[in-house]
Amino acid sequence: MKFLGKIGYTIGLPAVLLLGWWAYASIVPNFFVPPPGVVATAFLDVWVSERFLTDVLPSIARLLVGLGIAILLGSALGLTIGCVRWLRDVLEPVLEFIRAIPPTITIPVLLLLVGINDTMKITVIVLGSMWPVLLNTVEGVRAIDPVLSDTAQVYRIRGFARLWHLTVPSASPQIMAGVRQSLSLGLILMVISEMFAANEGLGFAIVQFQRTFAIPEMWSGIVLLGLIGIALSIVFQIVQTRVLAWYFGLREVSNAV
Amino acid sequence: MQFDVQANAVLLTPTLSVQGVKKVYETRNGSVEAVRNLTFDLQQGEFACLVGPSGSGKTTLLKCIAGLLKPTEGLVVLDGNRVDGPPEKMAVVFQEYGRSLFPWMTVEENVRLPLKSHGLKKTERDERVHRALEAVDLHNVGRSYPWQLSGGMQQRVAIARAIVSEPAVMLMDEPFAAVDAQTRADLEDLMRQVWRDIGMTILFVTHDIDESVYLGQRVIMLSSSPTVVQDDIAIDLPIERDQLTTRSHPQFTDLRGHVYEQIQIAKRGQAAPEPDGQV
Repeated sequence: MKFLGKIGYTIGLPAVLLLGWWAYASIVPNFFVPPPGVVATAFLDVWVSERFLTDVLPSIARLLVGLGIAILLGSALGLTIGCVRWLRDVLEPVLEFIRAIPPTITIPVLLLLVGINDTMKITVIVLGSMWPVLLNTVEGVRAIDPVLSDTAQVYRIRGFARLWHLTVPSASPQIMAGVRQSLSLGLILMVISEMFAANEGLGFAIVQFQRTFAIPEMWSGIVLLGLIGIALSIVFQIVQTRVLAWYFGLREVSNAV
Repeated sequence: MQFDVQANAVLLTPTLSVQGVKKVYETRNGSVEAVRNLTFDLQQGEFACLVGPSGSGKTTLLKCIAGLLKPTEGLVVLDGNRVDGPPEKMAVVFQEYGRSLFPWMTVEENVRLPLKSHGLKKTERDERVHRALEAVDLHNVGRSYPWQLSGGMQQRVAIARAIVSEPAVMLMDEPFAAVDAQTRADLEDLMRQVWRDIGMTILFVTHDIDESVYLGQRVIMLSSSPTVVQDDIAIDLPIERDQLTTRSHPQFTDLRGHVYEQIQIAKRGQAAPEPDGQV
């Protein structure tokens, strides 16, 4: 019963929204808003085909490579900047400036500098989604409890051991918060990077459908993007539950007291 | 072995020597003198308690001894070597047990931490961790996380971590201030036991007069800011102590009265205006 109730909560609202969509499309027929059934058919036709290999997989591959590099680079730079005080003081204003620049603006620049290829698209994803990880990591390193830091010093945990046993785990809740933000940014940048001067990819396909008035197909692409977003978020949740088990346990205990 | 601890103390040179330590913090609103001039020696195997009114710079002094802070003047000498960073043979137990144990490590991993810089074999490390946990009566919770344990048990984990590398000197900064009275009494007896078993030098900072007399062989009293040693007395209570009989012993009452009196004098000293405009 409890299980059924949980499922009800999870799929309840999506079901209502689907129903609303269907009702709207049936009552007010609109060429640009096809009913869900038509979009579902288009979804199967378009994506369960060769297109999956030529458009979807390359997009996902670029997204994953870009996100991987962004997370590694962001946390490595964040740890370095967070640990070295003078570096932090020197870089902070510059970082704030660079972060404030909308990452999409890098696309025309990179088109000129890198050219039209995968490297350009991956670079866009990396440059845009690295910042939340980097800045959150710096914050996380800065917020290390002084008592823990003293303890590590007393027991002569230094250098790499200190980084691995104190700095990284202590900053990990913030690092994960940064990763979460960078996932959605990465997806946005993946699509946008394929809208400029591209000849394949999910973003390219959606724009092409729109320009050729293949409206149900266009909507099915948007649905696919949503599904990729959900999949990323599920993977993230699984990783987070494992990596931060101690953090959630600790928080639960301190809330109970 | 445990009974000749006191005899040894007379023969050997001091393990720990605090010589004219002064610590001034530079803040935006000028300098604050936390410790003026402290000098005392601890003999090997001695259990000394340091009491003083709050704000008398006890924690500052402890951090200077532990090598976590540099004294503005004076020096700390451990076994003939000047302390200018955390020494290998020293362990510290902090007051905030909840914040000094690594929450992402299990109890065992926390206790193993000081051995990382020792380069021991894995079996030897496991053996030492096991012994340390046994010594504090915590052999069943090695796989738990510290935050799953009660406050008293967490402080036991911190004590196990402090003794695992068999330090020569152990510093304790009001370690039992945050636990309830019953747990506190148990932990006091545990510390007496651990000290007698291992025979290390202990400097135990507390603001609790009863605790200092019950635990120590010696009580060093600090004056309030600016801090100097107000008095230094030997506690010649029998080595076997227990909460009931020791605390009702007439000698215990006398000693406690003496320490209390000195602390009162120290506090009154604080009320008097300072010659150099101390904050």
